[in-house]
Amino acid sequence: MQRLLLSVLVSLWVGWVSAAEVERNFVQVADPYIEMHTGPGRGYPVFYVINRDDWAEILYRQTDWFKVRTDAGIEGWVSRAEMQQTLSPDGQHVDIKEASRDDFIARKWDMGLFTGDFGGGYSIGTFGGYHMTENISIEASFAQILGNVSNSYMLAFNLVEEPFPEWVISPSFSLGTGRIKTTPRSTLTQTKDGTDNFSFYGIGARMHLSHRFFLRLDYNNYVVFTSRNNNEEVREWRAGFAFFF
Amino acid sequence: MASRICVFLLTVIVSGGLNSITALAAGGDTMPAQTVDAESQKQMIQQEPVIQPAIKRREVSEAQIDTENFEIGMYAGLLSIEDFGTKPVYGTRLAYHITEDLFFEGTLGLSKAGETSQESIGNTVLFVDRKFSYYTMALGYNLLPGETFIGRNHAFNTALYVIAGVGSSKIASESHFTAMFGAGYRFILTDWLAIHATVRDHIYTLDVTGIQKKNNSIEMSLGATYFF
Repeated sequence: MQRLLLSVLVSLWVGWVSAAEVERNFVQVADPYIEMHTGPGRGYPVFYVINRDDWAEILYRQTDWFKVRTDAGIEGWVSRAEMQQTLSPDGQHVDIKEASRDDFIARKWDMGLFTGDFGGGYSIGTFGGYHMTENISIEASFAQILGNVSNSYMLAFNLVEEPFPEWVISPSFSLGTGRIKTTPRSTLTQTKDGTDNFSFYGIGARMHLSHRFFLRLDYNNYVVFTSRNNNEEVREWRAGFAFFF
Repeated sequence: MASRICVFLLTVIVSGGLNSITALAAGGDTMPAQTVDAESQKQMIQQEPVIQPAIKRREVSEAQIDTENFEIGMYAGLLSIEDFGTKPVYGTRLAYHITEDLFFEGTLGLSKAGETSQESIGNTVLFVDRKFSYYTMALGYNLLPGETFIGRNHAFNTALYVIAGVGSSKIASESHFTAMFGAGYRFILTDWLAIHATVRDHIYTLDVTGIQKKNNSIEMSLGATYFF
């Protein structure tokens, strides 16, 4: 049994290694030279240059920097701008573009963090969205609300409509539902407790900053269906920092 | 029964023999065919270039390149919880590097609240659950990327970063909104391993000691992270 397991593991490992080897990317320098830095950032010094017509292999990348290995075995980091001045084996310029506003408008997935004011308490949360079209997306968010009288956890799902995604500040309208779990602060007794459903509508704005970031601002109005006689209305402001991919 | 087996064996032998005879007969015909193949192969080899390029002609696209933008790790240190003494803190961190300058970082830390002076002098207990835990979600900026030299022959990439964020601190079974800011030093040993030394201040409002006041809990930690 152990041998069988071992052989399966070995074959998996061999398969993994050979699969990894298939993905080798070689590029040829088309500029007079490109600079190699010791680390993935402009603050790290240039220690080597790769001359025109020399080949280098791309090993991996970190943010906008690419770790490459020359034929002589020297390894270093090359910026995206310089990488664009290399040719792939088919003679074309390497297709490594920086994320632009067009990419932002046509984004498929986004996620980020937000913080704000939820009916007088602080809210902290994270959200993720999937864009079905440029205008319509579905979103899920999870937040913790830290108030003076009670703390809550909130899970929400909503549909977002962005009628003008090409505007610099793109307005958004959302409609959603979710669940909120509230626990009173132990020092106070006269507070509501329990799990309730809610629905909400919201208006907001999204603004592309640069690269893969964008800012968002949202105002939401919640109606919490409490077990008491009256439903509760809560207003929320939140500001978020997000990125898309 | 035995005769049937005999017949079967006989047919096997006869058919085997026939096969070998036909193979022999066909052998005479196949010989010239093989020589033709060899000649055409020679011609083909002469037509093709002697040196074959080792690199396959194909596009290089972003999707094929492995990214190493995530950093995960653990840290340990000391947390000076205001009014509750200084205690060891253990935590885990996950970071996502968006650009060479900016990164998102989430941390989760665990510690223990010590005794307040009120408790130790008055011999009272303010609360039973002494666990202190926090989480933060923050944005960091690599302020000073550069190199650190150790001896004559070793240079390491480092970055001094500043970080600020929000989160929650849980003390006496209650969570409190927390603002966090601090600075850290990332010492990059290899492309996949880094050492972090950080100083952070966690600011929150607390009322367990009787009065509601802003508390500062300063944390110093040392940790390691793995890039993936």
